[in-house]
Amino acid sequence: MSVQTRIDRRFAALKREGRAGLIAFVTAGDPDAGTSREILSGLPGAGADLIELGMPFSDPMADGPAIQASSQRALKAGASLSATLAMVKDFRAADDDTPVILMGYYNPIYVYGVDAFLGDAKAAGVDGLIVVDMPPEEEDELCLPAIEAGVSFIFLTAPTTDDARLPRVLEHTSGFVYYVSITGITGTKSAAIGDVRAAVERLRRHTELPVAVGFGIKTPGQAAAVAAVADAAVVGSALVDTVADNLDEAGKPRPGLAAAVLALVGDLARGVRGARMKGAAQ
Amino acid sequence: METLNTYRAGPDDNGHFGIYGGRYVAETLMPLVLAVERAYTEARNDPAFAREMGYYFTHYVGRPSPLYLARRLTDHLGGATIYFKREDLNHTGAHKINNCIGQILLARRMGKTRIIAETGAGQHGVATATVCALFDIPCTVYMGTIDIERQAPNVYRMKMLGAEVRPVTAGSATLKDAMNEALRDWVANVEDTYYLIGTVAGPHPYPMMVRDFQSVIGDEVREQILEAEGRLPDTLLACIGGGSNALGLFYPFLDDSGVRMIAVEAAGEGIETGKHAASLSAGAPGVLHGNRTYLLQDADGQIDEAHSISAGLDYPGIGPEHAWLRDAERVECVSATDDEAVEAFHLCTRLEGIIPALEAAHAVAHVCTIAAALGRGNLLVLNMSGRGDKDLDTVAGLAGGTP
Ligand SMILES: Cc1ncc(COP(=O)(O)O)c(C=O)c1O
Repeated sequence: MSVQTRIDRRFAALKREGRAGLIAFVTAGDPDAGTSREILSGLPGAGADLIELGMPFSDPMADGPAIQASSQRALKAGASLSATLAMVKDFRAADDDTPVILMGYYNPIYVYGVDAFLGDAKAAGVDGLIVVDMPPEEEDELCLPAIEAGVSFIFLTAPTTDDARLPRVLEHTSGFVYYVSITGITGTKSAAIGDVRAAVERLRRHTELPVAVGFGIKTPGQAAAVAAVADAAVVGSALVDTVADNLDEAGKPRPGLAAAVLALVGDLARGVRGARMKGAAQ
Repeated sequence: METLNTYRAGPDDNGHFGIYGGRYVAETLMPLVLAVERAYTEARNDPAFAREMGYYFTHYVGRPSPLYLARRLTDHLGGATIYFKREDLNHTGAHKINNCIGQILLARRMGKTRIIAETGAGQHGVATATVCALFDIPCTVYMGTIDIERQAPNVYRMKMLGAEVRPVTAGSATLKDAMNEALRDWVANVEDTYYLIGTVAGPHPYPMMVRDFQSVIGDEVREQILEAEGRLPDTLLACIGGGSNALGLFYPFLDDSGVRMIAVEAAGEGIETGKHAASLSAGAPGVLHGNRTYLLQDADGQIDEAHSISAGLDYPGIGPEHAWLRDAERVECVSATDDEAVEAFHLCTRLEGIIPALEAAHAVAHVCTIAAALGRGNLLVLNMSGRGDKDLDTVAGLAGGTP
């Protein structure tokens, strides 16, 4: 028996609506705690179906300049893993439906203590984890305990994950599958849509889980194209770039920063929802 | 590895040395890391690979490197009999070339057509650029801008050798950040690129593989000291940045219980100031750059910047096997400050006519500290991991640095 999680319920609802979802990535505490909370609480209303909340790390090896900079801004403003969990807890008090997936690197979790972290994350209302430097080869350490604690663990799959390896990666993936559409870091290249379609079809031969596609999706048009072939489109660098664009010379948020980020989320959401309209009309 | 009949059995199949090591990398890289492991396992069991390495060791690197009795330093310190293992005499001026020969031959076996590397002191960058010139393979070296400034001669050498040196400004703009950037490059260029890591760190199999390639140092020392003194040494001593010259010296002796091993970390301005690179002495276990090991980090698991006058030791981590050997108390960890290293640099130069790399000068500094107490008759081998030509600007720039 599997308990229906917020992630399951959200993807089931999207399926009923006949459309793909928008997953918005923002870094917790970027550019400061207050503004970040404002952005987070506004995401569902702006059209984000799921939220990926970045756990800032000093050395984000798989991220490009945009997300590196957002991590640095957050850390400079005092972000920490416990502050991130507190943010989720407050968000959850007002929104019991939108799934929140924490995304980041393992070291802060390891130092926090895996058991303590999973307990606190679950209590705060965290639904899933994406930990970039935690491959299935090290699954005993965090993935299996997370599942035990009732927190979904979402492994990344990449163009380099071949058919022989996919079953291993998918074995303990829960909630959804995240497909990294390019070989590269975040915020750099974008994949050709034909390649994305083929990759999603390949994944579907291996799993029933919803497939989310991320890395390199920056515009509403790109989000729409991905939404036409996958179950969700993840947008991150474009959102944190909008944060960066709305800082003054001293690095302080200009008035309207949160609104600017949420406006882009709105545009992206319309793109994603429009993909369905086109599909339905045909 | 709980019942210790040997210290030389690690790592296990998943690359763990006790709780350390492992393969903490992004999925995009995981298939590549597994491919490197497969290729290395094959190469390791292929006598032709060993023969090929042996050929380049002898005729290109100039191995075996001498084991030199440092008589004047010994007399000056009035205690232990001090030998230098002269890795500074290798082609390109440091131990780094040993590992580069091994890995470039592996990259060729794998059919890779582009090499990337990170470098701190520039010694690994130079060694990588050198083997890439030798085998005509394009080479990109990532180097922090701080290191580019303080190791300018090596930057010039790399460029002359045909390598592209890409400056890294992120973070502390030193070795850790160069490694981040190299990993990002690798993720983006998975098809053709081989990542030639310069020390016993990174995801499995790198720590094991680099150790194996550097073990030629300790293997030679064993033969040479038996020849010179008719017995094994009492004390082995080496500086550690990532730990490759130290492990290369120590590994063949790990099961010789009479051999004491001392690893010298960079204490920078002093461990108590927080400005240092002594991850074993003052760090805590964590996960970075593909493995679990001791790291300089804060209570939230954010990695701290390291500080050392020596670019090659300026790294907030350490190879995972060293972390394990520390916990097992097989290797002692001590440290030397910037000032002590510079003093030892001058002393060694004046007494022996050997200008040590600032990295190796940390090891010399600790020898100065303990030689008298060890007493006469104690046979000590210090790994002279590299020569100091690259450091002349740094030393000359210090107050009182000019002779
Ligand atoms: C001469 C020399 N010694 C030592 C080191 C430190 O590296 P490792 O600890 O891997 O030997 C370096 C690194 O650049 C070096 O150039």
